[in-house]
Amino acid sequence: MHKKTLAQLSAALQAKEISSVELTQEFLARAKQFNEQTNAYITITEDLALQQAKEADARIAAGNTQALTGIPLAHKDIFCTDGIKTSCGSKMLDSFIAPYNATVIEKFNAAGAICLGKANMDEFAMGSSNENSFYGVVKNPWDLNCVPGGSSGGSAAVVAARMAAAATGTDTGGSIRQPASFCGISGIKPTYGRVSRYGMIAYASSLDQGGPMAQSAEDLAMMLEVMAGFDPKDSTSAQKDVPQYSAAMNDSLEGVKIGLPKEYFGEGLDAEVATVVETAIEEYKKLGVEFAEVSLPNTHLSVPAYYVVAPAECSSNLSRFDGARFGHRCEDPKDLEDMYKRSRGEGFGEEVTRRILVGTYALSAGYYDAYYLKAQKTRRLISDDFKKAFADVDLILGPTAPTTAFGIGSKTDDPISMYLSDIYTIAVNLAGIPAMSIPAGMAGGKPVGLQLIGNYFDEAKLLNAAHKYQQVTDWHQQMPEGF
Amino acid sequence: MEWEVVIGLEIHVQLACKSKIFSGASTAFGAEPNTQACAVDLGLPGVLPVFNGEAAKMSIKFGLACGCEIAQRSIFARKNYFYPDLPKGYQTSQYEIPIVGKGQIEIQVDENTTKVVGITRAHMEEDAGKSLHEDFAGMTGIDLNRAGTPLLEIVSEPDMRSAKEAVAYMRKIHSLVRYLGISDGNMQEGSFRCDANVSVRPMGQKEFGTRAEIKNLNSFKFIEKAINVEVERQIDLIEAGGEVVQETRLYDSDKDETRSMRTKEEANDYRYFPCPDLLPVVISDEVVTEIQGSMPELPDEKKARFMEQFDLGSYDASLLSSSVESAGYFEKAVDASGGEGKLCANWIMGELQASLNREDMELEQSPVTPDLLGGLVKKIKDKSVTSKIAKKVFEAMWNDEGTADEIVEKYGWKPADASEIEPIIDEIIANNQAQVEQYRSGKEKVFGFFVGQVMKATKGQADPAQVNQLLKSKLAP
Repeated sequence: MHKKTLAQLSAALQAKEISSVELTQEFLARAKQFNEQTNAYITITEDLALQQAKEADARIAAGNTQALTGIPLAHKDIFCTDGIKTSCGSKMLDSFIAPYNATVIEKFNAAGAICLGKANMDEFAMGSSNENSFYGVVKNPWDLNCVPGGSSGGSAAVVAARMAAAATGTDTGGSIRQPASFCGISGIKPTYGRVSRYGMIAYASSLDQGGPMAQSAEDLAMMLEVMAGFDPKDSTSAQKDVPQYSAAMNDSLEGVKIGLPKEYFGEGLDAEVATVVETAIEEYKKLGVEFAEVSLPNTHLSVPAYYVVAPAECSSNLSRFDGARFGHRCEDPKDLEDMYKRSRGEGFGEEVTRRILVGTYALSAGYYDAYYLKAQKTRRLISDDFKKAFADVDLILGPTAPTTAFGIGSKTDDPISMYLSDIYTIAVNLAGIPAMSIPAGMAGGKPVGLQLIGNYFDEAKLLNAAHKYQQVTDWHQQMPEGF
Repeated sequence: MEWEVVIGLEIHVQLACKSKIFSGASTAFGAEPNTQACAVDLGLPGVLPVFNGEAAKMSIKFGLACGCEIAQRSIFARKNYFYPDLPKGYQTSQYEIPIVGKGQIEIQVDENTTKVVGITRAHMEEDAGKSLHEDFAGMTGIDLNRAGTPLLEIVSEPDMRSAKEAVAYMRKIHSLVRYLGISDGNMQEGSFRCDANVSVRPMGQKEFGTRAEIKNLNSFKFIEKAINVEVERQIDLIEAGGEVVQETRLYDSDKDETRSMRTKEEANDYRYFPCPDLLPVVISDEVVTEIQGSMPELPDEKKARFMEQFDLGSYDASLLSSSVESAGYFEKAVDASGGEGKLCANWIMGELQASLNREDMELEQSPVTPDLLGGLVKKIKDKSVTSKIAKKVFEAMWNDEGTADEIVEKYGWKPADASEIEPIIDEIIANNQAQVEQYRSGKEKVFGFFVGQVMKATKGQADPAQVNQLLKSKLAP
């Protein structure tokens, strides 16, 4: 059962070939078994999952079902889940039991989906390798010596090892796409505002966006139909109807124009990764796609702009973790200042601390114009690059990451080299447009992701293009050995 | 040396919204601690603010009342600092682009002086919670009920030149927000409070002196005292060869002094930046026009109307229009009196005010309601009571003895009519021939004696004008 797509699982449940309780038990068994190797889950919610599965079976028996009713999912531990530990990968929230559900969780609950557990992640979604988690690194199911990518590394590993049928993730600078690429799965970061951020613990509010991670584009479409939509609790969510993504999946790609940004194929791109992307381009040509070179001349500014904007916002967003009302509080504080300093000093890890300090500096009097304002201006330049490109092409294609999954510990002492692993993904967040990663081949035994980038609210076009590719290739069906 | 005082005020007005500025929690005062703070107010991980548009409408009302520019697009920023009663570690407040821009307001400084004070801006922001330092045995209690309460901060130009002017300005703003119905203005509950920026400079000098900011003044009395002691402190300091430093000070009303709270060097770097969780507040021309059309009559308009309609003087009209209560009282009384504005004004500012002052009561507490007073004025006007009796009737009304009619009936205080007065006058003339002779020989002062006698004989119930007329004709040679 674990190899089936969401659509197949849904059909099996509806046809009562299997009950949701049985399906949930099967995935729970896999989750528990493989968590020892992968560390992909922070919390496995067995009791809750079985309870929800019983309810789902009742719904199915009553004929009151939706596409995801009864299907076991994993949620990134950044989404607040009522009554369940929501740690955000941090010691700061190790004891935090969320008293409410994120909107995304509410939507999955309403759809009758099952919550198997909370997936591991880089602390507060800051990282590209999942090595920044308080709960330890997640191991890539394709190579247990390699990282799964980050920050949604747990979700990616869960899907790759089929420890859940699909998972949720969040993407601030590539945190869905890069781990999807490293773990050989599909993931989409929707347009900023497409998925509600309410109850999704904020890292960088103007960049954060939740999205699904799954085996295929078809599965992503089913997930996104549940997740997306306006939320009155999130002022930045888009008041725009959610299209039936599944309906447009089979549209022909004949005459579709895809741009290849020359900046995404230059220095720093691993040769084997480049070969995989080139092969995929050939595949697309067979489907009738026309290719054109486009230029995104400000790409080189995206990493520096991101590492001002995101830390600036995070320095403010993470101020609420002060030991006063929830989260970690130091032992026997002498006074208020001591409580603040020690609670935060002890509760936050190294990378989070680094970004809070960088962001605090960037917003300080006398530096604001030179850093924060300049980064915001740069952001507009980057958006304009995409705007110009999309005047000529329907989609943009390139590699998701410059390399395949790297070795655990190989970049931890060099933050800059770690930051550069997001070079192709970050600009998308700065512009707020949607993009996805799908598996397109292997290099050195590890998966390579292909990135597709769309214009605002063009998720349907992206999913269509990805699905057509997945109909003529089988990279998305491959599984790591031993799982 | 002669010194000039320069004062600018920042007034924090709690807007009368039912729910908080970024959440659906109630803003009602006085609930059990932390029972009116929802997940958003508590700043729980993952929560997001949603702006309450009522706050914008109320702010625009204020802006229009002062002829201020209204921003079509204004922005919320985050003011970052750590404090236990600030749950998110930042206060969401408008910074670079506030909803209300430049405008002005006229204040009545005293009977003969008015002055125009410039408004720099007014911006919306959320209030913080409260830290309670008593009752917790050396610890501090936090009540977050107030966290997220909508505030409008009104910033004046440094246009005021005395504590008296500052109080007049504060009173005017207080009156205005109550007229507009955008705040209850309750100072005890903290709905209306003020920071004063105070500096002094040698008379004639153009540059401003270094200012000190006195925080959290929440009564008209305290603001006047605080400014005066601060001015005195600054002048003494400079005259003794010292220098005023830029700092934040607190006023201690028990000791009647200001104390340093923190200096400029100790001030926080608030690291303001636009709040990424909130969209810009966009105000269309239609919304402004709609609000403009729903504005109530404002103090200055009322004052002008009172002067025009009831022939009141500027000062009287200004005092009567200075608060929603006094204007409402006056207009009700005028209605009940059948339109006698001038007489009502005289009674309100004379007898009624004196009684209120004597008992240390507010107008709203007066046992003499506007209907009662109007009823009395009506009787004065149609001469069914004399002014002397009217005062007695007023006293009886003050003591809850009923309406003017009931009181007059009860005590039989009817003005005597001519047929009753004439025989009395005849008798007095007959009994006082010596005085009649004096009067007829040209000693007109004696006339008063006759009036007094008649009033005495009628127990004050005769109409003096009628008595005068009758006496004059009967005493004529």
